[in-house]
Amino acid sequence: MMRSKPDEDDYWNSSKCRAFTFDDDYDELSSLKESKRAVNSIRQFVVDEDEDEDDMVKVSWSGEPIGTAQDPYAIAFYYLINSNLDLSGVNLSLPGGHSYGDSLVFFIPSYVFFFFFFFFFLQFCSLETFRSLKDKMQLLDQAVCANDGNVITAVCTHVFLQKYFLQCKLEVLSRELMSRDVALRHYIHYLKEMGEQKLLVELFKSLGRTEDMALLQYREHLSIKDEVRRKEYLKSCISLPFPPDDAGHVQDHYTLLERQIIIEANDKHLENKGQVEVFKKHPRKASILNMPIITTLYYSCVYHYGESEGTYSSPANIRSTFKISEKQYLLTALSARAKLKEWLDVGSLFTTKNWLGYTKKRSPIGFHRVVDILHKNNAPAQVLQEYVCLVEDPNLKISLAQKYKCHDIVIDMYKDQKDRQQLIVYQGKVERGSPEDKKIQDILNNTQIRWKN
Amino acid sequence: MAAHLSYGRVNLNILREAARKDLREFLDKCAGSKAIVWDEYLTGPFGLIAQYSLLKEHEVEKMFTLKGGRLPAAEVKNIIFFVRPRLELMDIIAENVISEDKMRSPRDFHILFVPRRSLLCEQRLKERGVLGSFINVDEYILDLIPYDGDLLSMESEGAFRECYLENDQTSLYHTAKGLMTLQALYGTIPQIFGKGECARHVANMMLRMKREFAGCQTQVLPVFDTLLLLDRNVDLLTPLATQLTYEGLIDEIYGINNGYVKLPPEKFAQKKQGEGEKDLPTEPKKLQLNSAEELYAEIRDKNFNAVGAALSKKAKIISAAFEERHNAKTVGEIKQFVSQLPHMQAARTSLANHTSIAELIKDITSRQKIPPPLHPGLYLTLLHFSIIVVLCCISCVPPYVSASEAFFDNLTVEQEFMTGVDTDKVNTYIEDCIAQKDPLIKILRLVCMQSVCNNGLKQKVLDYYKREILQTYGYEHILTLNNLEKTGLLKLQTSTRNNYPTIRKTLKLWMEDANEQNPNDISYVYSGYAPLSVRLTQLLARPGWRSIEEVLKMLPGPHFEERQQLPAGLHKKRQQGENRTTLVFFLGGVTYAEIAALRFLSQMEDGGTEYVIATTKLINGTTWIKSLMDRLEEPPF
Repeated sequence: MMRSKPDEDDYWNSSKCRAFTFDDDYDELSSLKESKRAVNSIRQFVVDEDEDEDDMVKVSWSGEPIGTAQDPYAIAFYYLINSNLDLSGVNLSLPGGHSYGDSLVFFIPSYVFFFFFFFFFLQFCSLETFRSLKDKMQLLDQAVCANDGNVITAVCTHVFLQKYFLQCKLEVLSRELMSRDVALRHYIHYLKEMGEQKLLVELFKSLGRTEDMALLQYREHLSIKDEVRRKEYLKSCISLPFPPDDAGHVQDHYTLLERQIIIEANDKHLENKGQVEVFKKHPRKASILNMPIITTLYYSCVYHYGESEGTYSSPANIRSTFKISEKQYLLTALSARAKLKEWLDVGSLFTTKNWLGYTKKRSPIGFHRVVDILHKNNAPAQVLQEYVCLVEDPNLKISLAQKYKCHDIVIDMYKDQKDRQQLIVYQGKVERGSPEDKKIQDILNNTQIRWKN
Repeated sequence: MAAHLSYGRVNLNILREAARKDLREFLDKCAGSKAIVWDEYLTGPFGLIAQYSLLKEHEVEKMFTLKGGRLPAAEVKNIIFFVRPRLELMDIIAENVISEDKMRSPRDFHILFVPRRSLLCEQRLKERGVLGSFINVDEYILDLIPYDGDLLSMESEGAFRECYLENDQTSLYHTAKGLMTLQALYGTIPQIFGKGECARHVANMMLRMKREFAGCQTQVLPVFDTLLLLDRNVDLLTPLATQLTYEGLIDEIYGINNGYVKLPPEKFAQKKQGEGEKDLPTEPKKLQLNSAEELYAEIRDKNFNAVGAALSKKAKIISAAFEERHNAKTVGEIKQFVSQLPHMQAARTSLANHTSIAELIKDITSRQKIPPPLHPGLYLTLLHFSIIVVLCCISCVPPYVSASEAFFDNLTVEQEFMTGVDTDKVNTYIEDCIAQKDPLIKILRLVCMQSVCNNGLKQKVLDYYKREILQTYGYEHILTLNNLEKTGLLKLQTSTRNNYPTIRKTLKLWMEDANEQNPNDISYVYSGYAPLSVRLTQLLARPGWRSIEEVLKMLPGPHFEERQQLPAGLHKKRQQGENRTTLVFFLGGVTYAEIAALRFLSQMEDGGTEYVIATTKLINGTTWIKSLMDRLEEPPF
């Protein structure tokens, strides 16, 4: 943290702000190595500086005149300038200081000085006085050593970095900052907080952190309310250097919004005309804009089911454009068609034909879940029964059949299992005199069956 | 009022008193009547330091919440802003000051930054041209707030995000400062251990600050023997798991904020005799939870499965105590009984409250079929759920399973991951949850957990999860997924070797036969999983970290030991059999279950060490993941 040799002091002389010039006693001060001596000379330094009133801005941050002997800001300032002193060895106690109980006197260590220094100094003259890049960077290093994020950020920002940006010395700056990781991270965080989008993008670019830059720019779309402008913005994002897998997602995001805008305009028109049945029966409650893709697919399965793959709004087109997995597609389409009570559509979702022309029902999500979804959508008993039958695991099948009161399935299964006891138990659960009751009775009376119990 | 703070091994009330003293001093600086304008976030933590009565004694007559526009009228001499150093708050303050009515008698403005003043904020005020309007600009150093007799928190919500995502170490600086204050009050801590980058950083800062203090040693006999600094990213797994202690579950389901929980009111409706059906209260029931309540102190750290038994035992004791009245024959006996009545009645109220809470939790955790209640904790991101409901009035996402079933299934998957079952494949439960549009945070917790337990996911698996999440919840979550990757919660498996099983076996992170009723190991807090962070703490005390060097190397960041010189004459002479006191500081957050596990270790008969816990923030998996999500615009509806 120490400056090895104060060889860049010319600027002090040329600086307009001469609030704290050390010209007269500089050599003497800079030769100070021991903290005690430093402390002793403070009073003298402050007095000297009082005489130089004309060049000095007189009001400090708190509105009080500065320059009293115990002014901590002045002390802090002094320390910073003479930064070849070993700050870590310095102790100063302020007699009127803060105390917890009697045992502890509050001491002000160097980082506090540092902090005070900036409060103080910024009021008088900007840190522009640290003119050369080298000086600025040394100042920054000092701040980093003090570890106080507040100070680091302060040095980074208000003091000189932004001005440097304006002077387009970005390459130089980023080279310097790259070797100062801590300061850089603080500065980036600060720019994020402040919403300094452009500056941040430039910084990332010059640092070669292109992926961060891309994400940052992408993030901006969230603040754009108008969907057409948002779409255009997303389009401009596509070419950004995203990490490989994200690039595809951003492309999809753009495509999705583009489609949604088209669908929305079209459907709004159709709904207003009031000639399409499905819009009359199930009026739209909200726009589809900015919805996730699965929601869009669901919407499409409600309002545009059966359209040919050529139209943007058709489920088939959405499915293939966005590479939606078979499971997701099936679940979404099933929920949508079941909600509309289109049981035929539900059936055809699972129907596959083999090359001989036989049809078979097949489902990648397990028929027990299909049954659950159908039940939630109040499917009639007959439809439920059809799908309960398709459940492969016999235990699951029987418990589902019981749950949804598909009596025939339960009864037939117990019969097949030759489980007389269970059948008797089940008879107790069905309504007396009902067809189920009769059916069970018939089976129990059947002497042909060789019961296992 | 805060007596419970002084019952612990270390009297934390001293810290609270010091904070109160500072506050009084500041208030007295602004002579005359005052109104305080609060940054709302601060009211919770401040409530733990000072109640309104203290403020009133110092002429605080009005309190407002900070918001834009003109300040409410109040006939006071001083307006004091209590704020965090945040730029957006500065803008609001500036607006307040500028729109102040010039016609009326002028009021003095003051500003108190908590916990630190910030140069940037003052610059901002200056830019807005109002800095000159403030008579006092001060800071109120409130780093570590005492939450309970053995618990300190900085309640810095963004600490984990700042440290591990933004790489801004300001909160570590505050941590170091807070630890210095603590040492000023409780003596120098002779031994410092740590694990992780941030821990190293904090220790370095402390040692540096100590050097700068050199020569002015505090003459306080050290209370703490050891400080253990732990990075949260050393143990990313624990907060992801669902906590199964009573307090942990309350936090998971309803969220505990600054020691308070808000509960659905139905179960707390009081039916008084003689009154008919009263209207059900609609306001949430707000309860304070800390060790001042005897019953709560007793049950909060138990596994939830042991809470029922504890409550019924307590019920028997209380009703027996009430029965005593029949035995009171003489005037003296009756008098004694009456004198105990207030205590007994308080105990009965407390019992009633916790029975209700336990019922609420049981509805969610036990496997009965019940209608799924919606509650804020688990259903934080209802975003997409509500969208769909609105969209067509035909929700495609009815909760197919009841809440209790969902809870149980979720737990099963968590436990599979923690024991290393099938962590390298796409998990069908997670897949189903996405298909059902369960809250995104729930999905992220599970996916991150799988990643952590597998030392990263295979490319194919990671890609699959990412695509499903983005398709179902929206592409903008690219940002959140990237954040999770940057913090290491979600990652690509780079080496073929998964070292989690080694860590699990060496540290005994999974105990097959965890005893929930009468625990003999910390793993009871997660019904089998022993939190890694607490296991490290336990092993440090005995037999020492040297025995687990290999595993420590597998975990991120350096581990280290430092010693701080004590002034002559302050060396503690330990009595035979006297326990050591260790302060465990969790950098980046700690869960209630981890706290429970440490309390369990403190109470072990042959443990030899008692723990005081400190942290940057009390967290659970949900609040933690939420802090890492990118701020998204409000949903359009």
